[in-house]
Amino acid sequence: MEFALSEDQRMLQDSLKGVLSEAAHLDRIRKIAAGETGEGAALDAALSEFGLSALMVPEAAGGLGLGALDACLVQEALGYDVAPSRFLATAVAAKLLGGKVDILGNIAGGEAKFALALTELFSRRDGAGVELKGGKLTGKSLLAQSVDGATHILVADTAGAVHSVEAAKASVTVMQTIDRTRTFHEVSLDGVAPLVSVTPDAGAIAFARLLVAADTLGAGQAMIDKAVAYAKERQQFGRVIGSFQAVKHMCAEMAAKLEPARALIWHAAHALDIGDAEGPMMASLAKAHLAEVGTFVARTATEVHGGMGFTDLVGLHYWYKRIGVNRQLLGSPEQAREAAAQLQGLVV
Amino acid sequence: MKLTLDPQYEAFRAEVSETLAKNAHLAPTSEDKGYKNAKRIAWQKLLIGSGLAARTIPKEYGGYGAEPDILKSRIIAEEFARTRIPGPMAGQGISMFVPTLLELGTEAQKQAYIRPTIEGEMIWCQGYSEPGAGSDLAAVRTSAVEDGDHYVINGSKIWTSTAKQADMMFCLVRTDPNAKKHEGITYITFPMSTPGIEVRPLVDMTGSANFNEVFFTDVRVPKSGVIFAPNKGWQVANATLTHERGMLGDPNATKARLLELIALMKTETVNGQRLIDNPVLRDRLMKLQAEVYAMQANGLRITTSRLQGQPAGLAGLVVKLQGCDLNHEIARLAIDALGELGILYEEGEHLRSDGAWQWRYMYDLGLIIGGGTAQIQKNIIAERGLDMPREPKLAKA
Ligand SMILES: Cc1cc2nc3c(=O)[nH]c(=O)nc-3n(C[C@H](O)[C@H](O)[C@H](O)COP(=O)(O)OP(=O)(O)OC[C@H]3O[C@@H](n4cnc5c(N)ncnc54)[C@H](O)[C@@H]3O)c2cc1C
Repeated sequence: MEFALSEDQRMLQDSLKGVLSEAAHLDRIRKIAAGETGEGAALDAALSEFGLSALMVPEAAGGLGLGALDACLVQEALGYDVAPSRFLATAVAAKLLGGKVDILGNIAGGEAKFALALTELFSRRDGAGVELKGGKLTGKSLLAQSVDGATHILVADTAGAVHSVEAAKASVTVMQTIDRTRTFHEVSLDGVAPLVSVTPDAGAIAFARLLVAADTLGAGQAMIDKAVAYAKERQQFGRVIGSFQAVKHMCAEMAAKLEPARALIWHAAHALDIGDAEGPMMASLAKAHLAEVGTFVARTATEVHGGMGFTDLVGLHYWYKRIGVNRQLLGSPEQAREAAAQLQGLVV
Repeated sequence: MKLTLDPQYEAFRAEVSETLAKNAHLAPTSEDKGYKNAKRIAWQKLLIGSGLAARTIPKEYGGYGAEPDILKSRIIAEEFARTRIPGPMAGQGISMFVPTLLELGTEAQKQAYIRPTIEGEMIWCQGYSEPGAGSDLAAVRTSAVEDGDHYVINGSKIWTSTAKQADMMFCLVRTDPNAKKHEGITYITFPMSTPGIEVRPLVDMTGSANFNEVFFTDVRVPKSGVIFAPNKGWQVANATLTHERGMLGDPNATKARLLELIALMKTETVNGQRLIDNPVLRDRLMKLQAEVYAMQANGLRITTSRLQGQPAGLAGLVVKLQGCDLNHEIARLAIDALGELGILYEEGEHLRSDGAWQWRYMYDLGLIIGGGTAQIQKNIIAERGLDMPREPKLAKA
């Protein structure tokens, strides 16, 4: 038995962190949030060069064939530096389109870039929802991810199937969220024929949710690291604030909640990788749990910074908003928990 | 990452599961109360004989004598949790004193104490806390003065669990009042029947007297009861505390509690509806289940660190704080789920689960406080886990 990251996994994460420390430094994140597209393109280029698009594509289709745990480590690193990236969408697309070798080859090569319009799998608002009628898709999907620069969009229909459509055939409008580093769109389709259609299994949905949880793990860890570092340096009453027990306890509580959450992500990811029947259930629990722990960390780490935490100066709010958005994405914590209950037969 | 076990371990699991199934009818039930209950002792001896208790304790001291194997110990704990068959006896003698003795005791001490202790025939109590020394344990004042080959003890202890039933005490006494706080303490053992010891039970919130005050008036105890060396008691005590914190917050025990709660919610009905069918309660259950899975995975991580001879770091430091809190929350949900009937206690026709949930909700709060309070745990996490400044030493008043 070995419940630990492999040497390869540690190297993957460390080298990506190395790339991100240059390519996703806070100045650039600020510029991306301000809408400077050149900066976003520079980050994308660095991540493409690292090879993110091929990671999750099976070897048979020209990718690296990595697993859910590897994907979580990548997503965690992206969350740590609040780096916007289409990795999540790419990884989920590779998972959903599992059997389609030609498409996967294009994903690995970077020619096909997928966006995700899956919100309606979890919650459909009045006026939203895409219907498949006579082989054509019509309707709207809200809060689609990674639409900018996408060649294709994966759209969920009201019956729970997922279709790939050409991005050029959809009309899209930006939906402004609290998180300006990532863009979200409303996608409208008017009689668009799908290129490919699949029925997602519980594992694919759970995988998408788990990646969101891993993103929060990274963002939460970054907030703890920043809070602890700040507490060791900022002085009040003639001593560093980290020597005040109230501050120490805030930091200890954050670490005490986040550290076991990391193990939960590893376990859920590994369970998905080996096809354990509990995998999807654990991944749903992890999505909900990281939402709760992340929210606690986001608030507490901000408080440790005092007024500085509230300002734009230290930029802590980028992490706060990243965690806040992740909490709601692909289903609220309540929905993820209900999914977990369903997956273990507790709902009749 | 590899959670599957080698075939030898799968075979071991099957063996454990078979032994448990075969003997389950001999296990004590909630009827078999009390410390020296014959059925409990017989069960404990059976478990030792089958390698399911006292597994790594050498045969010559009454144990099963197996090589330490973290995975096998884990499998055993998991099988007890899964089957909900009563596990080996625990308590301060078995879980804290015996490991300390194995590490630091003399041959004669090991010969004298280990066998009766692990078999449940010799009960121990832990005499650490005093009225003036709780979290600040090194402030103990109970004095032990040399007199030939004896010490003469005067002073008092408090919160001493099971002192009333105990045959023996392991105790921290001040042997050098002039030395620095941590350097004048000795760890000593003696029979509770020694003249001059008076035990006064302290009733706790559960309604029973789980702990006591212990008063010492000119209590003469032989020096042979000292563990390790005079004035080295602080090191010895710290060895014991490590074992205590490992015992408090065991994720397998927590998992067993959760399974019990799920079973309750699937059978108990209100207005004709099962508790599990109430979406609010189900949501709360799932919240706790996520935490239980997290603590279990965290436990796997700690086991792996130990297998690799690495320190467990933060993953290890958070267990007492998180685990005890989680147990308490599970009991709280059980009580809420039971609604009005959740307040019943001790006996009566409508009592559910023998009143265990209310009892646990109180007792588990005691465990949040005992063995190093939640606040002390946070100090430890911050200082040792996050490398934050140590608590300032307060000037002498
Ligand atoms: C169920 C139970 C069983 C026990 N069994 C035993 C036993 O068998 N043998 C034994 O020797 N003892 C036993 N104890 C005693 C236990 O170890 C002490 O209660 C515990 O260490 C706390 O000490 P105290 O009660 O004196 O509280 P105090 O130390 O007075 O603490 C009171 C409050 O102050 C806080 N506090 C104190 N110091 C600090 C600090 N430095 N930083 C932040 N907060 C602080 C505490 O967290 C707590 O909230 C038991 C206790 C319980 C509840």
